[in-house]
Amino acid sequence: MFLGITLISFLVIKLAPGKPVILQYALNPKISLEEIKRLEKIEGLDKPLHIQYINWLKNSLRFNFGRSFGDGRLVLDKILERAPVTLAINISVLILILLLAIPLGVRCAIKPGSLFDNSATILVFLLFAAPTFWLALLLMQLLCIQLGWLPISGITSLDFGYLNWWEKLWDLTRHLFLPVLVSSLGGLAGVARYMRLSMIEALNQPYIYTARAKGLSEGSVVYKHALRNAILPIVTILGLSIPGLLGGSVIFESIFAIPGIGRLFYEAAMMRDIYLIMAEIVLVSIFTMLGNLIADISYAYVDPRIRYKR
Amino acid sequence: MFSMSNFFGLMIKLLLLAIVFFMPNLCFSQGYGDAIVIGSISDAITLVPVLASDSASSDVCGMIFNGLVKYDKDINIVGDLARKWEVKDDGLTLIFYLRKDVLWHDGYSFTAQDVEFTYKKLIDPNVRTPYSGDFERIKALEIIDDYTVKVTYKEPFAPALSSWGMPIIPKHILEKEDLNTTKLQRMPIGTGPYKLKTWKAQYKIELESNHNYFEKRPYINRYIYRVIPDEATIFLELQTQGIDLSGLTPLQYTRQTDTAFFKKNYRKFRLPSFGYTYLGYNLNNPKFKDKRIRQALNYAVDKQEIINIVLLGLGRIATGPFIPGSWAYNDQVVPVPFDPGKAKQLLQEAGWRDTNGDGWLDKDGRDFEFTILTNQGSEERIKAAQIIQRRLKDIGIKVKIKVVEWSVFLTEFIEKRNFEAVILGWSLGRDPDNYDIWHSLKTKAGEFNFINYKSDEVDKLLVEARKTFDQEKRKACYHRIHEILYDEQPYMFLYVPDNLTILHSRFQGIKPAPIGIGYNFIDWWVPNSQQKYNRQ
Repeated sequence: MFLGITLISFLVIKLAPGKPVILQYALNPKISLEEIKRLEKIEGLDKPLHIQYINWLKNSLRFNFGRSFGDGRLVLDKILERAPVTLAINISVLILILLLAIPLGVRCAIKPGSLFDNSATILVFLLFAAPTFWLALLLMQLLCIQLGWLPISGITSLDFGYLNWWEKLWDLTRHLFLPVLVSSLGGLAGVARYMRLSMIEALNQPYIYTARAKGLSEGSVVYKHALRNAILPIVTILGLSIPGLLGGSVIFESIFAIPGIGRLFYEAAMMRDIYLIMAEIVLVSIFTMLGNLIADISYAYVDPRIRYKR
Repeated sequence: MFSMSNFFGLMIKLLLLAIVFFMPNLCFSQGYGDAIVIGSISDAITLVPVLASDSASSDVCGMIFNGLVKYDKDINIVGDLARKWEVKDDGLTLIFYLRKDVLWHDGYSFTAQDVEFTYKKLIDPNVRTPYSGDFERIKALEIIDDYTVKVTYKEPFAPALSSWGMPIIPKHILEKEDLNTTKLQRMPIGTGPYKLKTWKAQYKIELESNHNYFEKRPYINRYIYRVIPDEATIFLELQTQGIDLSGLTPLQYTRQTDTAFFKKNYRKFRLPSFGYTYLGYNLNNPKFKDKRIRQALNYAVDKQEIINIVLLGLGRIATGPFIPGSWAYNDQVVPVPFDPGKAKQLLQEAGWRDTNGDGWLDKDGRDFEFTILTNQGSEERIKAAQIIQRRLKDIGIKVKIKVVEWSVFLTEFIEKRNFEAVILGWSLGRDPDNYDIWHSLKTKAGEFNFINYKSDEVDKLLVEARKTFDQEKRKACYHRIHEILYDEQPYMFLYVPDNLTILHSRFQGIKPAPIGIGYNFIDWWVPNSQQKYNRQ
């Protein structure tokens, strides 16, 4: 599977027009043709395609993913340097989505078709449909410029190095508030709708009638009996969103000037920086498999019908 | 809305402002302190200057390193790390006399050893430098003593002097490193007015002032290069005064910054840029072989109209490949007037007329029709193409426009000569040598004379001009080249856009000059009371 993914990706990137060296120095009158040829040779780009791939494969099995063309740095270093910010933001986003979407979905499911349900549905779909960059710019205009409450972009203020621990935390929170909020709003719709649907299903199950017939309180019925069953699909979604944790969004990282992983790979793709792209592909495939595994395992904990035998 | 109390408040503010403006020497002295925050769309790639080819890397390297020579405010070569130099043997030999008071940021002395080391790295085939070309013309580089270097060339080469503006890198630090991969790419040690403090990739580069800088200690303590990839965000940052210096688009310059807030807090600068945009014809194509046709097209397109629409008037008509106002630029070459009648007449002389009455010019039964190619991502070029299309339609020429993604554009169209006409831009070096773009030997795939221009006289003049150090002789050559190119119209020279910059008004000591505003950055200062970033 690893071979298949990487071989196909390698070929596709190589087939795309444009070579990294040429793109970097394109139409720079100070740089002659001979020099571009010499630079390609240094990078090993003059060798036949299959040899380039085999070399890459050999190295990457030893966790040596090569160096980026642009600056000659190790690809792994570049990724590790960017990963923490992206990871931190994506995890906060995921938590925020769950915190907002699950109660919202449950509340909607209690009385489907009610005024609350309908307006919540319209709201989450509007947020889902609104382009991220547009929403971000509007909120920036309001919260940062007109009200002056929050900083516009970046992750720290310029005096960050001189702050104490609490000030640093406060500074980070202020900077990350908008990016996290904006990307959560768009993600609400999916989880809230799933939650609502599976909750409605759960509430129509015979055991709910039984529970009600037993005379349990409505709260206990909804939150203890129904919710536990309704939450299963959400676990699957969580598992599937794990590969996304390391994928950033170019648009939103650009707008908020966040040095995350999305921009790293967008730029890599634009520059045909093949080793960097390949490393990302390997990373995402590993995370996808890992995500599926985690989803399967966590079923065992939330769903009593599935138990792994010793 | 307008009460008496804030009227008085306003008066007091105005009074204070007047004091600030009219009595600076009384109230504040030129003090040290504060930081400048620069907003940039892209991050530097490397801070080893011999490897750097992008503008962000060059900007930051320029603050950290020095070359042997540099350009002064009027675009003349003056000494930097070299106190003076001599040109001997008709330009075959250059002797540089180095300053003796220069220290690297780590305290080591700068000597001729460093110059030799930089040279050796530049010509080392294993170093990923794109700048070896100019240095491979060197026959020998000798160290005469610690502060004198003699460079002998294989043949006289005038741009050589300006090539020594190449930043010098420290031997004692980099000697044992592989330049291509060294960690020191991100921890540079230079001789310049600023030294690196931190660099967070794609986020921020922070420099602090070098108190031992050989000219003097810069007044501004910190130089912060912030990477903000989105233009809209940069503009929002300006509105909260989060950024002090940034480039502007013509629209931002004329309209969006035309508010009371910006007038109060910022200053705007408008200077001609070092570059021009052109429509280049593929001269292998029979349609464009006849000079009269190219001249006709030049008459048919109103360049001022393009400038007014595309750049909102912030630019000037280009007439040739030289920096307007520099010594190589020939003022006698004036743009031809917009004259569709003259264009039609020239086309008629060349055999193109509307014989079948369908409104399009034709010859041998075929309409005059061609495609303008340009790259995606440049709104300016696309708009310029549309205006040209419209103007050429008026004289009966059918133009199609094709917009292609950059890498495809280069490899499939430019390199394979697979185009009829193309809109592109060149940036201009400070030295006027244009050999690579116009010489007929530079027409191979990947080389820059991709329109296939051939003129014996231009070839001869280009070679002559780069062989002499005598500026008067070079000037004569370039003036003639300028004339020939405008007459023969291998390109339709369109415009030189203005460089638009905005700077926070607390900075003092800025003196705009032909080279720009950044040349005297170490003289910029902020009055104590207005300093913003002084937390230590």
